Amino acid sequence: MSLFGRLGEHALKHDWIEYAAGVSIVGGALVVIILITYLKKWGWLWREWFTSVDHKKIGIMYIVFSAIQLAKGLIDGLMMRAQQATASGDCMGYLGAEHFQQIFTAHGVTMIFFVGMGVVFGIINLVLPLQIGARDVAFPLLNSISFWLFAAGGLYIFISLVIGVFAGTGWTAYPPLAGLKYNPGVGVDYWLWSIQISGAGSLLSGINFLVTILKMRCPGMKLMRMPVFVWATLATVVLVIFAFPILTGTIGMLSTDRLLDTKIFTADYGGNPMMYINLIWAWGHPEVYILVLPAFGIFSEVVPVFSHKKLFGYTSMVWAIAVITFLSFIVWLHHFFTMGAGANVNAFFGIMTMVIAIPTGVKVFNWLFTMYRGKVTFTTPMLWFMGFIFIFVTGGMTGVMMAIPGIDFQVHNSLFLIAHFHSVIIGGVLFGFFSGYSYWFPKFTGFRLNEKLGKYAFWFWFVGFIVAFFPLYLLGFMGATRRMNHYPAGNGWQPLFIVASIGAFLILIGVLFQAAQLYKSIKERNQNKDTTGDPWNGRALEWSTASPPPFYNFAHLPEVHSRDAFWELKKSKKDIVKRKYEDIHMPKNSMVGVNIGILSCVMGFALVWHIFWLAAITFIGILIALIARLFVKETDYYVKAEEVEQIETRSRAT
Amino acid sequence: MNTHEVSPDTHHDVYSKTVFGFWLYLLTDFMLFATIFAAYSVLSGNHFGGPTQKQLFNLDHATLQTVIFLISTFTVGIAGVYTHRKKRGGAIVFFLISFVLGIVFLGMELHEFSHFIAAGSGWKKNAFASSFFSLVGMFVLHLVFALLWVIVLLVPVFRFGITARSVLRLTCLKMFWQFLSIVWAFIYTIVYLLGIV
Repeated sequence: MSLFGRLGEHALKHDWIEYAAGVSIVGGALVVIILITYLKKWGWLWREWFTSVDHKKIGIMYIVFSAIQLAKGLIDGLMMRAQQATASGDCMGYLGAEHFQQIFTAHGVTMIFFVGMGVVFGIINLVLPLQIGARDVAFPLLNSISFWLFAAGGLYIFISLVIGVFAGTGWTAYPPLAGLKYNPGVGVDYWLWSIQISGAGSLLSGINFLVTILKMRCPGMKLMRMPVFVWATLATVVLVIFAFPILTGTIGMLSTDRLLDTKIFTADYGGNPMMYINLIWAWGHPEVYILVLPAFGIFSEVVPVFSHKKLFGYTSMVWAIAVITFLSFIVWLHHFFTMGAGANVNAFFGIMTMVIAIPTGVKVFNWLFTMYRGKVTFTTPMLWFMGFIFIFVTGGMTGVMMAIPGIDFQVHNSLFLIAHFHSVIIGGVLFGFFSGYSYWFPKFTGFRLNEKLGKYAFWFWFVGFIVAFFPLYLLGFMGATRRMNHYPAGNGWQPLFIVASIGAFLILIGVLFQAAQLYKSIKERNQNKDTTGDPWNGRALEWSTASPPPFYNFAHLPEVHSRDAFWELKKSKKDIVKRKYEDIHMPKNSMVGVNIGILSCVMGFALVWHIFWLAAITFIGILIALIARLFVKETDYYVKAEEVEQIETRSRAT
Repeated sequence: MNTHEVSPDTHHDVYSKTVFGFWLYLLTDFMLFATIFAAYSVLSGNHFGGPTQKQLFNLDHATLQTVIFLISTFTVGIAGVYTHRKKRGGAIVFFLISFVLGIVFLGMELHEFSHFIAAGSGWKKNAFASSFFSLVGMFVLHLVFALLWVIVLLVPVFRFGITARSVLRLTCLKMFWQFLSIVWAFIYTIVYLLGIV
């Protein structure tokens, strides 16, 4: 074994498209690095952001990272659409089969793990502590470590484009295809460590937020007084705590299969690949609820505010979330009805899957009844909600169709399935995030987003989605399977594929409008300033503090006497009694998180390329970083009352 | 514990937050073991011509290990009591006893591993051996961390005495050790006892 394991110059050999991608990534990174150096911002970035343990800054970093990943995943999607629109009959398209399979794998991993999980944890980080009236999360440093582990895992998506290849196995990497025998290269290893490292980060976040919700609510905030977004987050982190260890264990065993040549998921020597499929979906199905429940929570905040009514059916909303949380663990087998577990087993899981539609339906009707007879204002967040209702309900109903094993046998692994889960994930998770993004943006920046460009962006996304994905339902019925890089001309699929690629292009325009919106809003930030801290006439506690909130969130911890705490406070028109400012206890910044992130990233890279000495050194480095932290004496400090007073009067004055 | 009583701030309850967070961590770790237990249960009959549990396992050896680990859990419990009473000497002595028992247990387990490999049931041999080594190996890995953890935490206790922070940390360590003994009880039952019958 050489010093650099499997790593050699062959790792840099690619086709011209990959070279173009690699050059643009390296070039883009260089431009950013040069720009930061030129502006002399490294010190500022390091002090104010990278080492920050402030949940608001960590949340923003999650979202920025996810936005970069979204751009990358979107390009993957466009490339696949371009390939499938052209590669029919004699034309083989512009992508080779090897490259095409890497693209669809990377697309899935990027979108689920680094866009979906990123925006979910980003929004939770930003909003949750404010909504429960807390000054930070339970373990601020752990929060920073979680983010950096997440980011470290996400980097492999980009690294693998330049050095080596990514997995070509599909985003769930089923063995035996993903095993050592059929995939001896580095692609699957990049997949493994990307998910293992970012998964560890998500798991730690889950623990952190559950403790935060259960232990750090402000005085008077009983469980049934929490905003529904907090309930949704509670359910999400419970799912994370139960589901992510299954992922860790499962791909841990896949990595021993690959590194130590164990025979757990192999096709020979008694291994059982089907067990992997069971285990990965025992995590994978809760995972989709981990993504979508926070989106439900966001809509439960947005709809009452823009309907000027309180949320319809709070209690049923909470129970619906609880039921979904429970049921999401007993439906995983519907991902592989065709495996042949037997009619009775399939029937059980089919029925459980259909049952999930009931609490979800309860939620949909609750939102609609909240709007009913309300004074609805059609702002951008509300448009995203209404787009969600249409697309998500379509996706949900096709999901119920596929819950019937007999139908599933017909459309299993077809484009019908692809259309279904894009409907629920784009229509649910992403639209939910966009709604929350435009809703909470003024809270964290102090100025509003441009409404007009936001609405353009919405309409291009919405129409683009329908044009891009509804043809896939038809193609699925016509027999088109997923992950094809080429198909015969005679089956008449090509026109629909061309329509779908036009839709993908419309979505791209939508994204460009979002970028333009951000740019224009920042440029015109002085005209759109939010000086009140409450630009939408909001209901929950996050609107009771300044925009952007001071780093300690609340000068005085709020006291809550009912649901919609801030709304009730405004209604009671009680003059806020001027209280004396007090010292505030806050955690100090720490570089442990970013150091562990960098070390884990190098360790994963070393394990991918079998550079075991480097893996050992970085692993010991991580241990040392953690142990050294134990001996740090001053991990937090007191903000003096005078300083609090200064900050508060300054923010009131502007 | 933090005795700064000026303001009712959100960081005052470090002990209960951390212990609760650690409980949740243990729950996730339990799920991790459950996953590997599931794999073992599915694969335990797939010997692919290799030696079976009956040929490999020595129940006396495993029972002795179990007894040793249970005693170490008991001594960890006593060490925890001393810690909460801020009795440095007792805490150090009983954590060290547990540490030594842990080392003995570890040695016995590694001896068993080498015996299995010599008997033609190394981790690459077949699915049963692979899942056995994954499950028990994961336990051994946890134990190594626990042993390392004892050293790391005892050094400052030895030098500076028992502070509020060390009470918190040693309590987490104690919980971790007790968690491991529960996991081992499952391993003893599911792997060894059910393997022999």
